[in-house]
Amino acid sequence: MDTPSATPASRTFNVPATATSAEGAQTLIEIDNFDFYYGAKQALFDINIRIADKRVTAFIGPSGCGKSTLLRCLNRMNDLIDGTSVKRGSVKIRSIDINGRDVDSIELRKRVGMVFQKSNPFPKSIYENIIYGLRIQGVKSKSRLDEVVEKSLRGAALWDEVKDRLHESGLGLSGGQQQRLCIARTIAVEPEVILMDEPCSALDPIATAKVEELIHELKKQYTIIIVTHSMQQAARCSDQTAFFYMGKLIEFGETRDIFMNPKNPQTEAYVSGRFG
Amino acid sequence: MTTVSTNTFASRPSTGRSLEKSTFWIFRIATYVILLAGFAVFGDIVFKGSATVFGAFKTTSSFPYFTNTFLTEAPESLYVFEHKGEKREMGDTEYRAFREKETAAALAAGKPAPVFEAASYVYSAGGIWPCIVGTVLLVVGSMTIALLLGVSSAIFLSEYARDGTFVRFVRLAILNLAGVPSIVFGLFGFGMFVIYFDWNVSLLAGWFTLAFMVLPVVITASEEALKAVPKGFREGSLALGATKWQTIQSNVLPYALPGILTSSILGIARVAGETAPIMFTAAYVVRDKMPWDVEKISDFFFQGVMALPYHIYVVSSKIPQNEYTSRVQYGTAFVFLGIVALIAASSIILRNKLRGRYKW
Repeated sequence: MDTPSATPASRTFNVPATATSAEGAQTLIEIDNFDFYYGAKQALFDINIRIADKRVTAFIGPSGCGKSTLLRCLNRMNDLIDGTSVKRGSVKIRSIDINGRDVDSIELRKRVGMVFQKSNPFPKSIYENIIYGLRIQGVKSKSRLDEVVEKSLRGAALWDEVKDRLHESGLGLSGGQQQRLCIARTIAVEPEVILMDEPCSALDPIATAKVEELIHELKKQYTIIIVTHSMQQAARCSDQTAFFYMGKLIEFGETRDIFMNPKNPQTEAYVSGRFG
Repeated sequence: MTTVSTNTFASRPSTGRSLEKSTFWIFRIATYVILLAGFAVFGDIVFKGSATVFGAFKTTSSFPYFTNTFLTEAPESLYVFEHKGEKREMGDTEYRAFREKETAAALAAGKPAPVFEAASYVYSAGGIWPCIVGTVLLVVGSMTIALLLGVSSAIFLSEYARDGTFVRFVRLAILNLAGVPSIVFGLFGFGMFVIYFDWNVSLLAGWFTLAFMVLPVVITASEEALKAVPKGFREGSLALGATKWQTIQSNVLPYALPGILTSSILGIARVAGETAPIMFTAAYVVRDKMPWDVEKISDFFFQGVMALPYHIYVVSSKIPQNEYTSRVQYGTAFVFLGIVALIAASSIILRNKLRGRYKW
């Protein structure tokens, strides 16, 4: 992991050792000509993007650029907001249009998990937090639940820290541990995709580093899409980067190319820290 | 040491200054007056009422060897008479037994039957056991109905309904319901449940009337409690593939429960205390049978009951006042306050327990 630098990210960019090569990567999510509205206000304009399987894709851009909106379209969390609508285009995961009539948003969210900006462990024990997703699916077997708890906590690099206090409240953990608990809770239901909405924005640098390491580990099994405000973070932990501005996708490509050789002058200005 | 008086900060008397002082005293006195009023009301009831309640302890021959006649007996007429130059006061049952015994004793001794000239004072003897039972039944029943209806509707309004004309209309209706005087609820209950549904004066009619009266309080407060649950709990749960109801059931409602209970404490005090809604719908002036003395279970719901607030109303305004009436009036008021305090205290304990369990 490189140390954050005061100089513009584009000048200090090194390809992370953990980067996954583009070769052989399969497309998992296809977004075509996607227009999205909050009521009468258009939030996303004609988005076209191909997100690769088992890689980390970062969405970057200034506040209000639509990156979080697009992320929330991927597991239809925007359904919860009144007046939102998809006016045109499609989001396909494994070639299935997730906004189609025969797609159940509940089933979709089991496959596409989400980690939120503000860590939101439920006020239950660590154990109960992890098995929440399985409980609602009706899993009762104690041995199965125990197994999933250990596996998920190990997967989220939290097991050693909490194994002796599984039945204490999840709210007793530190901020970084809480966020990793939320990640563990998400991987407990074994999704294919994990969406992360600025997962480190409330964390200190050490906790951030831990979550970033975790992202490297997780991409062996999961496709990860991360929205971030920090360009260093995007540079450190993503394989592909998409830059959004004013609801439009400005540039999308390999992270290395976005930071080293941006084609669009707006991207260049943003990644070199001249605006945003 | 000599100092020249050059204190530029010295206070200078002015009208502004005296205004400051007088406003301070006006506010201060107003607060004291309220405190005084509070003490006067509580002191009066506790002082006079506790004499009735604690004066009614009696020893008995069987377990638990003592009883409180005021709390465990039904209201009776008080008979005051002179016997062998002594002034005696007795409740109805005791008086009849006494008269029979004396008469039998006199006859056995071959004397003429004694003549009793007793003044009777209605409801001034005995206790208020049926009223306590009635009030508890009314509170439990109506709060059950109010919570079931109110919480369901609060869940619908805050979790499911989308803002629009319909929801605005519903909220307006709830607001209006909150402003309706309780006597109007009584009249409504009488017309609707007692006459139209033909339930007569009954527990069921009283339950629904009281429930409708507290519904606005329960709905508004439940909605507030639901809104206070962080959005993250809902999103986190939904993002794990939970359905809306699963989310509400396991990740919203439990955390809103303490708040909902707080509102129902207020509701309980109101339901227990209101006289107007039950006087046409559920309350009897007097009833000999206890509520559980019914032939069929269904009869239980269609019987009127005695209730504490209505009893206070009856003994204070429906019977001739005399030196013996205040005993029952204050005793009833004292017990009534005690019961409301008891119910409220247990709800508060329950709420704090839940709060401790569900903290975030």
